[in-house]
Amino acid sequence: MDIIRNFPLFTIILSLFSGVLCLVLDAKAARRYTLGYEGVILCLCGAVFWYAVRTGRAVTYVCGEFPAPWGNELRFGVLEAMMACGFIAVLICCVVAGGRYILQDIDESKINLYYALINLLTAALMAIVWTNDVFTGYVFLEILTLTSCGILIVREIGRTTLAAVRYMILNLMGSGLFLLGLVLLYDVTGNLLMVPMQEEIAQLMAQPHTAMVVTMATGILTMGLAIKSGLFPFHYWMPDAYGWATPTSGAIMSSLVSKCYIFLLFKIYYRAIGIEVFARMPIRYLLLALGMCGIIFGSVSALRAENINHMAAFSSAAQIGYIYMGLGLGGESGYAAAMFHILAHAVTKSLIFLTTPRLAEASGNSLRFRALQGSALRDRGAGMFFTVGALSMIGIPVFAGFSSKLLVAMAAADTGKGALMLSVILVLAVSAVLNAQYFIRTLIRIFGDSEDTADKTAYFREDFILPMAALTGMNLALGLFSWLFTDLIRMGLGMFG
Amino acid sequence: MIGNLLANYEEAVAIILFGIGFTMVLFQRNLIRKLIGMNIMDTGVFLFLASMGYIRGRKAPIILDPSLPAESYINPVPAGLVLTGIVVSVSVTAIMLSLCVRLYRRYHTLEIDDIYRLSKHQMEDR
Repeated sequence: MDIIRNFPLFTIILSLFSGVLCLVLDAKAARRYTLGYEGVILCLCGAVFWYAVRTGRAVTYVCGEFPAPWGNELRFGVLEAMMACGFIAVLICCVVAGGRYILQDIDESKINLYYALINLLTAALMAIVWTNDVFTGYVFLEILTLTSCGILIVREIGRTTLAAVRYMILNLMGSGLFLLGLVLLYDVTGNLLMVPMQEEIAQLMAQPHTAMVVTMATGILTMGLAIKSGLFPFHYWMPDAYGWATPTSGAIMSSLVSKCYIFLLFKIYYRAIGIEVFARMPIRYLLLALGMCGIIFGSVSALRAENINHMAAFSSAAQIGYIYMGLGLGGESGYAAAMFHILAHAVTKSLIFLTTPRLAEASGNSLRFRALQGSALRDRGAGMFFTVGALSMIGIPVFAGFSSKLLVAMAAADTGKGALMLSVILVLAVSAVLNAQYFIRTLIRIFGDSEDTADKTAYFREDFILPMAALTGMNLALGLFSWLFTDLIRMGLGMFG
Repeated sequence: MIGNLLANYEEAVAIILFGIGFTMVLFQRNLIRKLIGMNIMDTGVFLFLASMGYIRGRKAPIILDPSLPAESYINPVPAGLVLTGIVVSVSVTAIMLSLCVRLYRRYHTLEIDDIYRLSKHQMEDR
């Protein structure tokens, strides 16, 4: 069974290779090949997950037999494997369900390039999830940024280009800050591998003047990744980027790319800086405050949006706030809540971004709320799955969204600080009301009376229904068996540091 | 304070360059200027890395005389990081320039405010 230890590396190499291969395939072959190999990657990640759960300890994989502190390392435990499985499963659903729009939105000669980008994006996702080296993290972070920009601009309309420029400018500022923070940390610790870096930092924190450098570097690095993942007040690029991209790209960017940045940030906190050291830093409270602001302002902006995709994108900004709030609350329960919400939001938001274009299609191709009146009656399949996503976002029990909100509230209670707990619960309550307001308003709109209720999608499309059913299944599993997933996440956190 | 800055003038210059680049990216309204700012920002980080990696009096890590101790060489990793960083920066710049070309063809300007104003009038179809 020891061959499974090589699987994380295989997932990265195979994805890079597939990216190159897709350049020479035609559109149809590239699609078939991509789906097949993503299936293989899912199996590999599943095997790694099974191995990590069975052995109960993290495995460090040394690339090229150079031991620490020189070589490059991958490291996997339950949490990494779980994230990898979740990310790949959602990615497959996005690619399958958005297939028809890929054909519509992209020039036929460029479709194989789109799949090449998807494969390279998978390589970056996998590398960031598995890596144990901060500089490898940076390199693949840039690959992730470039490929996500690629899948955005491949739909050649003016608005996607403009959205891509805004996306890239903010992302490049984030990358610059991340690189500067990383270089400062390397300067004071002399290590790029996370575990030796943590040992150095533990010693550096004993001296006040070096502790200040570490805190500053962590702050710069945090700011970089916060900009990249779209934490308030850096979330204004989201609506255009998510809203105008082809649905597969919008879903992948909102549910996977931004989450991957947060996962890397969390990994650096936990493994490179040391979670006890991080818990004592004031940055934590800044993240908590910005997370809370993100929840409120994101929801208010969503409420004012006139376009259903813009509403969903602003709601993503609010959901990013939940994740940062979990990180800011700290403690095992806070981190577990943040990690759970990464998965919960990934399965929910992709459901929403993949159903809205079908609702629009049944309403004269307009995403404006006014045009969407009664659209769920014209496309019942899309309406049903949108409803599942919306109910999960509001936080109705049984769905994943409810469990993650409950976990955040419980994490706040676990801190034992009355004022903090009260403010978190207050923000959760306000956000629940706002969420309910804009999603229920949308549901009323799409199920509302309309003169035209003829079913526009008379035929059964399994390439839409099956991935949507899979995402709904994952959503329900996360909601109904949240105890199982939190137990696994806690187990993963135990072997994460 | 001033003495420290003078002693580490390379690092101080690197941070100033980074600041200049960062503010350019943030406040310039012309896309090409933003791009130049981005490159200045990256250059600042590379200068920081390169100056940190060089220790006066030591040699490049190429072993010609095996009797010399390891302390007589500099660490090659920072230089490797600078090279990797330059590759990343070049590819990012290429993508951004191609985006600028595409925007210019469509809107005939590179002022971000004008482009934004023009794009508002476009159809909002899916």
